Amino acid sequence: MVSKSPMSRSLKVASTPSAIVRVCKQILAKLKAHSFPNEDIFSVHLAMEEAFINAVEHGNKMDANKEVRIDYSIDGDKVEIAMTDEGEGFKPNNVPDPRYGENLYKTDGRGLFLIKAYMNEVEFNERGNCVRMVKYKGKPSTSESELQSQTGV
Amino acid sequence: MFDIRDGLTYDFKKRLNFIFTEAAMAPIKPKVSVEYTDNATIVTFTTEKILEEKDIQVLQETIVSIVEQTERISLILDFVNVKFLSSSVLGLLIRVSKKVYENDGQLKLCNINPKIYEIFKITRLTKIFDIYPDVEGAVRGLSDVS
Repeated sequence: MVSKSPMSRSLKVASTPSAIVRVCKQILAKLKAHSFPNEDIFSVHLAMEEAFINAVEHGNKMDANKEVRIDYSIDGDKVEIAMTDEGEGFKPNNVPDPRYGENLYKTDGRGLFLIKAYMNEVEFNERGNCVRMVKYKGKPSTSESELQSQTGV
Repeated sequence: MFDIRDGLTYDFKKRLNFIFTEAAMAPIKPKVSVEYTDNATIVTFTTEKILEEKDIQVLQETIVSIVEQTERISLILDFVNVKFLSSSVLGLLIRVSKKVYENDGQLKLCNINPKIYEIFKITRLTKIFDIYPDVEGAVRGLSDVS
């Protein structure tokens, strides 16, 4: 049985797409134990997968010799996850909005947008190689509240 | 005595294995099932989670191969089994749609569960994909090209 006590953990994983699977399972199981609703679990799962793909592909350039550090903490109110790659970093504000114009037809460029849409807080370090994401239990993500206020979409 | 039918059978099986598996010698793990009807070609994703790049690459090769084999294909992608996907799958769908339209075909998506539909909606991909609640609806949505 997964413990309900708060926890924090830091670990390093290889720069391979499947390396996130085990960590993901652990975190999602912990969220379930803390009675996070299914919507939150889905949101965190999606954000984690997208952030990890970005770290591996864009940060570490698929270099198997590089690692991604994952720091996470979970308590009854929120989950906080930070992923740090060994890359040079980037400027998140320079990433174009994938929803409009020709970007809508591009085959990539949606990962960061989805992370921001599904998590309550997203911030990067100055260098741009570390993303910190927070999800508060039961608090709608941008996607849900944005959808509620949108019309004709 | 060699019978050409035996040869064809072996080639046919090998081709199917190549299409549906990551490697021809690996155990068969189909990632899609394909149904050919009078009105459409229905490709159903068989895995619950579509995440890894290598799986997406295999899916793309499989689906593009199907599109290229059928002139002016009416293609329906059925997501009935899919519970989770990454944004890379959205890229796959855009590449597939470009291939379909290059070949004067049609593309419909169906059976997308609410959580995944929200991903399409929040990324505004509902503007470029025709999405239906079920296969029957998708078939009805096909334009008559006869």
